[in-house]
Amino acid sequence: MNLIGPRIGVAPGDYVQAAAWLDSGERRLGLALLGGALIAFPFVVSEYLVFMACVAGMAVVSIVGLNILTGYTGLLSIGHAAFNGIGAYACAIAAAKFGAPFWIAIPAGGLAAAAAGVLVGLPSLRIKGLYLAIATLAAQYMFLFVAQHWESVTGGDRGFQVTPASVAGVRLDSDFRLYWLIMPVTVLMCAAAANLFRTRVGRAFIAVRERDYSAEVLGIDLLRTKLAAFAIASFYAGIAGALMAYFFKVVNPEQYTFTASIFQLTAIIVGGLGSVLGSVLGALFMVAVPELLKVAVSAFAGADQAKSAIMLASARELVFGLLIVGFLLFEPFGLAEIVRRARAALTLWPFRT
Amino acid sequence: MNLFIEYSLVGLAAGGMYALMALGFVLVFKGTGVFNFAQGELMMLGAYVFLTVNQLAGLHWSIALAATAVFALAAGAFVERAILRALAGQPLLSVVMATVGLGLVLKGAVGLIWGQEQRTLPGLLPRAPVFIGEFLIPGNAFWSFVISMAVVGACLAWFRFTRSGVAMRAAASSQVNAYAVGINVPRISALTWGLAAAVGGFAGVLLAAINNLTPHLGDLALSVLAVLIVGGLDSLAGVIVGGLVIGWLQSMTGAYLGGQYREVMPFVVVLAVLLVRPHGLFGRKEIERI
Amino acid sequence: MALLEVANVSLAFGGVRALSGVSLEVEEGTVTSVIGPNGAGKTSLYNVISGFYRPQTGAVRFAGGDVTALKANRRAALGMARTFQNIALFRGLTVLDNIKLGAHHTLRSGILAAAWYLGGAAREEAALTGEIEARIIDLLHLGEVRHAPVAALPYGMQKRVELARALAMRPRLLMLDEPVAGMNREEKEDMARYILDVREEWGVTVLLIEHDMGMVMDLSDRIHVLNFGERLASGTPADVRADPAVVEAYLGES
Repeated sequence: MNLIGPRIGVAPGDYVQAAAWLDSGERRLGLALLGGALIAFPFVVSEYLVFMACVAGMAVVSIVGLNILTGYTGLLSIGHAAFNGIGAYACAIAAAKFGAPFWIAIPAGGLAAAAAGVLVGLPSLRIKGLYLAIATLAAQYMFLFVAQHWESVTGGDRGFQVTPASVAGVRLDSDFRLYWLIMPVTVLMCAAAANLFRTRVGRAFIAVRERDYSAEVLGIDLLRTKLAAFAIASFYAGIAGALMAYFFKVVNPEQYTFTASIFQLTAIIVGGLGSVLGSVLGALFMVAVPELLKVAVSAFAGADQAKSAIMLASARELVFGLLIVGFLLFEPFGLAEIVRRARAALTLWPFRT
Repeated sequence: MNLFIEYSLVGLAAGGMYALMALGFVLVFKGTGVFNFAQGELMMLGAYVFLTVNQLAGLHWSIALAATAVFALAAGAFVERAILRALAGQPLLSVVMATVGLGLVLKGAVGLIWGQEQRTLPGLLPRAPVFIGEFLIPGNAFWSFVISMAVVGACLAWFRFTRSGVAMRAAASSQVNAYAVGINVPRISALTWGLAAAVGGFAGVLLAAINNLTPHLGDLALSVLAVLIVGGLDSLAGVIVGGLVIGWLQSMTGAYLGGQYREVMPFVVVLAVLLVRPHGLFGRKEIERI
Repeated sequence: MALLEVANVSLAFGGVRALSGVSLEVEEGTVTSVIGPNGAGKTSLYNVISGFYRPQTGAVRFAGGDVTALKANRRAALGMARTFQNIALFRGLTVLDNIKLGAHHTLRSGILAAAWYLGGAAREEAALTGEIEARIIDLLHLGEVRHAPVAALPYGMQKRVELARALAMRPRLLMLDEPVAGMNREEKEDMARYILDVREEWGVTVLLIEHDMGMVMDLSDRIHVLNFGERLASGTPADVRADPAVVEAYLGES
């Protein structure tokens, strides 16, 4: 079953030159600069941007996970937001009902989501392609139903209040403080994802996507590989969800709808399927676009708050839809490919026009 | 017992509407191999076009309906030509996401043009309840069932007996062979999309006449997934079976388990059927060649 | 003792019989060929041997063990490798990654080690790359293209990459399905030499499906002839060439 097709490869530099990755001085410099920027960031920018950085970080974690499942392994999931939700509820419940500190509650959210992911992934050996996508969609709606109606556990539509985490007596109750939780987690999880694809684990995912019978002959167990992809992707989604629980201080079904799943799929298409860099770019893009739209819409709708909120929802759907169709038609490799081309043009600059 | 029969009748009547809603999905999937996640939004768009022609232009509902059909035909054919044809041969993910993207575009555009507020369509269907023996069925439900079945039946007959219908079936079963016998496959694909959009628009008008109209009308189409999985994604007659089964099950669920279970039931059915039969109840498994 | 033994295997799809009571043996260290007209059941036989099809009757024994019911992916670790008639490479990946995938079953890194990378997983990858460079890339002259995506390579080169990937599995039995189909004379000669080099260097047993009779006759120690899903003849190239039944079956073919 070739879901993604041969179009999407792994760009050179993703892990092909893995051995040289850390040895190259340039890369090390680049990483050091990036690290420094991420550390300096919250001290120099406005509160609003720190808030947005946290939102973006959580989106990155979740979308990297979705790309591992859908972009790299070729298993189309239309229910990723449900795993965000499971992670968020599990984390909130672990913290509120069992008094778990955040450093236990967040991994618990990830693990709960991963377990649910394995459950959804179990039929993936037999259910393939479109039918698997439809099954994940059904799972998404069943999650929402449980979240809305199992009120004694989830709090129903009102949701579930989350008390801020605290480290050594410091309550993580401001965006600035939460930044120091969210950003390191985001960086670690991106690095871990990139590492996966430098080894046999990630290669097996791609092999299953590209040609499953050929992978089987090489000794790759299809079911185990697909389950691993589901587990990892859902773990990422669960961690993102758990962070969201602490960040938004409330967990309710509205945050984890079908629409949220679709927006995450949009991000991997815009960013680039089968690329960790693409996931990051896609996530940043998808977080930034609504903010820019907000400015545009408020210029259009004037001071009427209610009217601009309604217009914003529609404008966001329109623009996201156009982005999906536009990228699929004109830049199917996404932003990652644009960056790669720009980089290639830059290194070759004096020699080639 | 009487209650059971009454709920059954109401459920089966609702099933007719489901069959009509599912028909557009099946037409496109059978004809072009694409599962169109924007079908619900095409329904919703049709209803808005009808509303605009009927109320704003003040034209008779029959003219509005004809205008809706023409508009939908053109819109469907345009979508096929502008988006789907360019993605021919691309992987499933691209094609699926293109239709999802299209759905978002339509929903967003309609929201911006017509706004989010609820609209009411004129009462097209006779309100008076209909008695079957001693059992009473709301007029809306009864007449929408009759109309839906008539449209589905007409489509089936058209596929079976008309020249373009046979050409469509030929193109669906093998594009290469269809080309070889001189069928204009691209035209047939565009026609299929147009027809599906028209059927969708019709379903949208009916749905909006019974419920109300908002840009979210298309969301209802997702519950049709169960109809498709039960009836088979590529079986035209299957939509009747699937529609009736799901309509009935939903009515029973509402009656005996409680209203909140009605909305989730279709998705439970989807998962349950797929777990037992990975290609749907009547779906065909494609044999992979190594 | 034979490395591979196919005993009385029958396979049918619905009413269509693909294989009827086929038996054959492949001795360790030989090049053994399976030939026959199109539709004779050669590829079906490969699919039974590599575990994609379960035969209705009969057994497949490999290195003394019965593998008839073993899943396809479990056979790699036993030392069975194969290529496919219509090249089954991972097109989006580079040559080196395709070859590395062949070694999948010899590697051990789990998800956590892979995510951490530094340490065990990195060492394992480096060792693998070194071994592939030294033992496969040089042997098959793939050095120039090692970082090229497979999809960009010419057909003959792709066939060679598939051979390289099969070698990375460290096989005892290497099953090649029409390795020179669609090649010109020069490419065919290259491939024949690579097959002999591989046997020399790696000491693997080779099982070959091929339509090019010149190559089959030159390379093979032993030949099995299939026709209409049955074994028609077996023997040395000279025996087979002289067999009137074989000549009959091939009449009109080259």
